[in-house]
Amino acid sequence: MSTIALTDTHHGSAGRDWGGPAPKRIVTGYGFWIFILSDMIMFSAFFATYAVLLGQTAGGPSGHDLFNLRNVAIETAFLLASSFTCGMASIAADFRNKVWFQSAMAVTCAFGLAFLTIEGREFADLVARGAGPTRSAFSSAFFTLVGCHGLHVSAGILWLLTMMAQVFTKGFRPDIQRRILCFALFWHALDIIWIAVFTVVYLLGSAQ
Amino acid sequence: MLGKLTWDAIPFDQPIPMIASGVVALGILAMLGWVVIRGHLPYLWREWITSVDHKRIGVMYTLLAMVMLLRGFADALMMRMQQSIAFHSQGFLPPEHYDQIFSAHGTIMIFFVAMPFMIGLMNFVVPLQLGVRDVAFPTLNSVGFWLTATGALLVNISLVIGEFARNGWLPYPPLSELAYSPGVGVDYYLWSLEISGVGTLVAGINLVTTVLKVRTKGMNYLRMPMFCWTTLATNLLIVAAFPILTATLAMLLLDRYLGFHFFTNEAGGNVMMFVNLIWAWGHPEVYILVLPAFGIFSEVISTFSGKPLFGYRSMVAATMAICILSFMVWLHHFFTMGAGADVNAIFGIATMIIAVPTGVKVFNWLFTMYGGRVQFQTPLLWSLGFMVTFIIGGMTGVLMAVPPVAFVLHNSLFLVAHFHNVIIGGVLFGAFAGYTYWFPKAFGFKLHEGLGRAAFWCWLIGFYVAFMPLYVLGLLGMTRRMQHYDVAQWHPWLIVAASGATLIMCGIAFQIAQLAVSIRQRAQLRDETGDPWDGRSLEWATTSPPPAFNFAFLPEVSGEDAFWQFKKRAAEQSGSEEKPEYRAIEIPRNSPTGFVCAFFATVMGFALIWHIWWMVAVGAIGAFVTFVVFAWRDHDEDTIPADEVARIDRRHRAQRHAILSREAAE
Repeated sequence: MSTIALTDTHHGSAGRDWGGPAPKRIVTGYGFWIFILSDMIMFSAFFATYAVLLGQTAGGPSGHDLFNLRNVAIETAFLLASSFTCGMASIAADFRNKVWFQSAMAVTCAFGLAFLTIEGREFADLVARGAGPTRSAFSSAFFTLVGCHGLHVSAGILWLLTMMAQVFTKGFRPDIQRRILCFALFWHALDIIWIAVFTVVYLLGSAQ
Repeated sequence: MLGKLTWDAIPFDQPIPMIASGVVALGILAMLGWVVIRGHLPYLWREWITSVDHKRIGVMYTLLAMVMLLRGFADALMMRMQQSIAFHSQGFLPPEHYDQIFSAHGTIMIFFVAMPFMIGLMNFVVPLQLGVRDVAFPTLNSVGFWLTATGALLVNISLVIGEFARNGWLPYPPLSELAYSPGVGVDYYLWSLEISGVGTLVAGINLVTTVLKVRTKGMNYLRMPMFCWTTLATNLLIVAAFPILTATLAMLLLDRYLGFHFFTNEAGGNVMMFVNLIWAWGHPEVYILVLPAFGIFSEVISTFSGKPLFGYRSMVAATMAICILSFMVWLHHFFTMGAGADVNAIFGIATMIIAVPTGVKVFNWLFTMYGGRVQFQTPLLWSLGFMVTFIIGGMTGVLMAVPPVAFVLHNSLFLVAHFHNVIIGGVLFGAFAGYTYWFPKAFGFKLHEGLGRAAFWCWLIGFYVAFMPLYVLGLLGMTRRMQHYDVAQWHPWLIVAASGATLIMCGIAFQIAQLAVSIRQRAQLRDETGDPWDGRSLEWATTSPPPAFNFAFLPEVSGEDAFWQFKKRAAEQSGSEEKPEYRAIEIPRNSPTGFVCAFFATVMGFALIWHIWWMVAVGAIGAFVTFVVFAWRDHDEDTIPADEVARIDRRHRAQRHAILSREAAE
């Protein structure tokens, strides 16, 4: 009985009541944030693994012996710059400017590919020096964590190209705008994860 | 060409899997034949397989769970039979087969029975309770379901082609590493869970977003039905825990496929890290399963007591407390691993603390019933059975949370009895309560009451007969997963346990009969009001079954127990029916994306298990192309014209009006 009595006096003004289902753009963005959070939890499992296995080199090389910080700095610069150009693309999408959008996305793609190339060469170099992922638990953890980020960047590039094609053929429809929003969230999130990779893997790793 | 796959993979020499899979294959072929010959295929494709309607997807999830329950229970029955005769004998199951059976039983029951049952009920009910037309992401919802089905399919394929894992429902390394499990069994396990895990994550994201962002006007957080709260907590746990499972299994896959050293004995791998990681997912998983059941019991007990839920806010607080605490107790699954007395003590105490919010819930349910006009129908019987059973299971759990006790009882049948006590008594009884409670909403007619009661009593008594002996056996020192034994003292208890399993089988038979009889007698069991139980929340405000758009007008909520208040207000101002203005409603358009995606996922998973690399590429490209094609479509919504909405809604109103006035006349 108590709930019924509470009905109209309970929350005071009606203005504080929930206003109904949120618009699609909010719902999509919100859902994608949740996905990003879950993705970060997956990365956190790989980070934790890396932290546990850091010293388990089984007599093989450690991060200190392997990491080339100059390369990593260039890599990082490319990725951070790509985040900036991705931001430009988002602004261009807001203004519905196709030329700016496509060129900013193209530059983002180029920077992303540059990042992947440097990472690929680093991996190939490590394998050639006998420090591939099967060498020790440490190298397994290193390759998996950094490689998982690299896979995300690769998937991001596939997505980026799809978005460019979509805008080219269909223009800035509301659903495509929402996808651009999600793509931008994804790309920036990869940057955040890379900052953690750079710090935890490379900076702390080469100090060992 | 076909990787590791040869004719040797099919166990022609083993009668049990061959006969079982033969019967299943015949059944499937017969059903497919019937569907095709009777011309139901277009209907099935249009209305179910490609459906993005949350109600249809919910029903399909539940159906998948019930079918897999039969498979998982067949495994259980074989294990009980084996142990009841394997005293000084090999029984009828050779060790390598027995090991696959207990591994498949656990995997299937957790991932393909309990999970889809709960996700199915949440999918079906939550948008209705929130007073909205669909979940946040309808197409993604379909993708999630079909990926879960892919996982289930792969597990079942392993029955015929190859083998399943032999290392239990959690593949502890180093046993699960390539060196000790060279066959494809572990790979079947890993890929089916990686694929269905993506499906579960998708469902979790979808339902979190739905509860947080897609509620009808006035549905404030503290006005949501309890089931919506537990859905929120469960799906937050899914989003936070399943990525850990994905990562952990991925590491084991890398070990097995590419020679990495995460969990190997050599090159610095760390076996204990696997145990920590898997339980960092595994303990929250327990609450992922049981929290929705708590929500179901809250709805059922309040409805069948004719009272609002006692201590609603404390129930919300308890739910969210469990949600957080569930991440802080994982170490109690391996007290004996050697973390030391201090760590064990902390985790032991944390585990006992979880019993506090759970206790709050039990008292809330009891006080909800106290002073209520309690109707002892099947859903309530399941709830009562749950309360008694779950308390026993909870107390044995608290007992084992004491580390020294865990040292004595770990890996024994006492543990097996404990977790069946909470999972059957908690999750499964909850699923059955929800199934009986919401069945009329889904199909428009109630389930047969008498057969439902019979099923309940068989299950309840069968459960006690089957599992109480296991507590005794655990204390007598019997470890779990024994294919044979030579301790005479154990034998009688195992025979009793087997007879309990037979009673449960009768319960399942009654459930099947109940479904069949109810479908035949659907005219008598028809629910015309849309509100067969005198319900309190918004799912009962619409017809049974609800129209595709759920509500002609999104209801406006001004307090807890929204529908109860509507009914009260309607009774007060009877006769003054307003003439609403109907508008066209847009609903998401059906899409085969989920089904096609899952098809390619199945191809890819199978190819990965058997190392058929070209087929892996085909599957991966196929899945990507599916997504691009989906992204390219121009129309993602269908419109239901205002006339149609008006026709459906007016009929419902007239029906309800007639019933109300009939009741008023009485």
